[in-house]
Amino acid sequence: MTAYLKLDHIDKIFTRGAATTEVLKDINLTIEKGEYVSIIGHSGCGKSTLLNIIAGLTNATIGGVLLENREVNSPGPDRAVVFQNHSLLPWLTVYENVKLGVDKVFARTKSRAERDAWVMHNLNLVQMAHARDKRPSEISGGMKQRVGIARALAMEPKVLLLDEPFGALDALTRAHLQDSVMALHQKLGNTILMITHDVDEAVLLSDRIVMMTNGPSARIGEVLEVPLARPRKRLDLATNATYLKCRQRVLEFLYERHRFVEAA
Amino acid sequence: MNMPATKIEVEIAAPAPIAAPVVAMTLRRPPRTETYARMARELAVRVIPPLVVIALLTLVWELVCRRAGSALPPPSKVFKDTKELIFDPFFDHGGIDKGLFWHLSASLQRVALGYSLSAIAGIALGVLVGQSVWAMRGLDPLFQVLRTIPPLAWLPLSLAAFRDGQPSAIFVIFITSIWPIIINTAVGIRNIPQDYRNVAAVVQLNPLEFFAKVMIPAAAPYIFTGLRIGIGLSWLAIIAAEMLIGGVGIGFFIWDAWNSSHISEIILALFYVGIVGFVLDRLIAGLGKIVTRGTAQN
Repeated sequence: MTAYLKLDHIDKIFTRGAATTEVLKDINLTIEKGEYVSIIGHSGCGKSTLLNIIAGLTNATIGGVLLENREVNSPGPDRAVVFQNHSLLPWLTVYENVKLGVDKVFARTKSRAERDAWVMHNLNLVQMAHARDKRPSEISGGMKQRVGIARALAMEPKVLLLDEPFGALDALTRAHLQDSVMALHQKLGNTILMITHDVDEAVLLSDRIVMMTNGPSARIGEVLEVPLARPRKRLDLATNATYLKCRQRVLEFLYERHRFVEAA
Repeated sequence: MNMPATKIEVEIAAPAPIAAPVVAMTLRRPPRTETYARMARELAVRVIPPLVVIALLTLVWELVCRRAGSALPPPSKVFKDTKELIFDPFFDHGGIDKGLFWHLSASLQRVALGYSLSAIAGIALGVLVGQSVWAMRGLDPLFQVLRTIPPLAWLPLSLAAFRDGQPSAIFVIFITSIWPIIINTAVGIRNIPQDYRNVAAVVQLNPLEFFAKVMIPAAAPYIFTGLRIGIGLSWLAIIAAEMLIGGVGIGFFIWDAWNSSHISEIILALFYVGIVGFVLDRLIAGLGKIVTRGTAQN
């Protein structure tokens, strides 16, 4: 297996005054180019902290992140993030929000006209070109998340980081957007790392599912390969034996062996 | 499994032909006269109550002050005494014998200068205090003490420093209005959501771009709250300061009228001071509304 993105012995310890909390313990993971990997776990298990470490928004206490064999420890457009609550800047239009990243990443390599075309190309990919001059407050939650995805894609990241991207959406919109992300992954071949707490979503979208134990000191409990052929169809999978087995496996991990403890 | 599925299909298929004519229907626009009538009604609802209250208060004032020997003039006398000032605000007989327009414009010029300086310095200091923990720890206690000093207490000190009334008055406006601007800007900067900072970090905006594209728009609602309090305070301060420094200005006009026992002129001047203060407040509020369009709601 060629390591494209490598998480190398990551520990994360939060210190507040004299109290220290170990959030993540010895996280090791290698991700291949073009792979779709999900990280699933109960809330509070530190999966978002892990994503922030990969994004460079926080640093690991011990260990580090290697992208194409080079250590990364500050945020950058090569690891673009799609945030849970879309995080579009409300004073900019849809177009300007996407352009913000494009202008920085391609300042030297693309002309003004090319950058404009590239923004529109990415808005087209997520079917949001029609709303280019709308502000985030004027479009629906699902549309906002589409624009958030376009903003991340437009930076041509080496790894696309999705932080519970569909968590704030209703079930129908979520399904629709999951299909879109699957289609984009099929078309562009991005390497994607997604944080989620939705079992169906993880099995449907991922090549591998990384299951995390409960915190504090969360570890990787198990990694499950999802040997389903692509393109995958939501309806066909509902009765697919492999799908159901994978789903069963994740459910068992989450609800039998590592039940969420309220007091923690 | 098969039976209910077919049933569902039938149900879906049935309403389709009925739906078509509904979609085809176009919305009829209400006639224009109706729109105007509605606008007039809305305007009346907002304008009539204050007019009624003002008329009643004027009536009470007239009745109370009409008696012989009352200390203050009734509205009818105020109008009679100040008719010339009201209808000819532009006369200029040299010195301080000028129309009210010139007095108000002199005061407004001082406010414009002092307030602009305090807006620039206040936003800059507010950004510093909001962004840097050390600047906040060092400066905030100082600000908290200084902001409680009444405007006029600064006047003797600034007269001593500048040896001239004009810059002293401007300084008093500056020092009065700067505190709410600093404090509100700092709060606004501190309240920028972490998400926006994360976005800026991932996109790798440099500090200057972050300032212009994220910090100022995100903090704009807070900044404008500070600016709005600030303009009110500077208008309060200028009237008081002008009473002491003299020269042309609405503050000194009031003081001069008092010294010459022209009580009606004082009342007229107060009326103008109130109107101008109201307009200034609305001006900044309106500007804030335009600038922060889309920022407030998320």
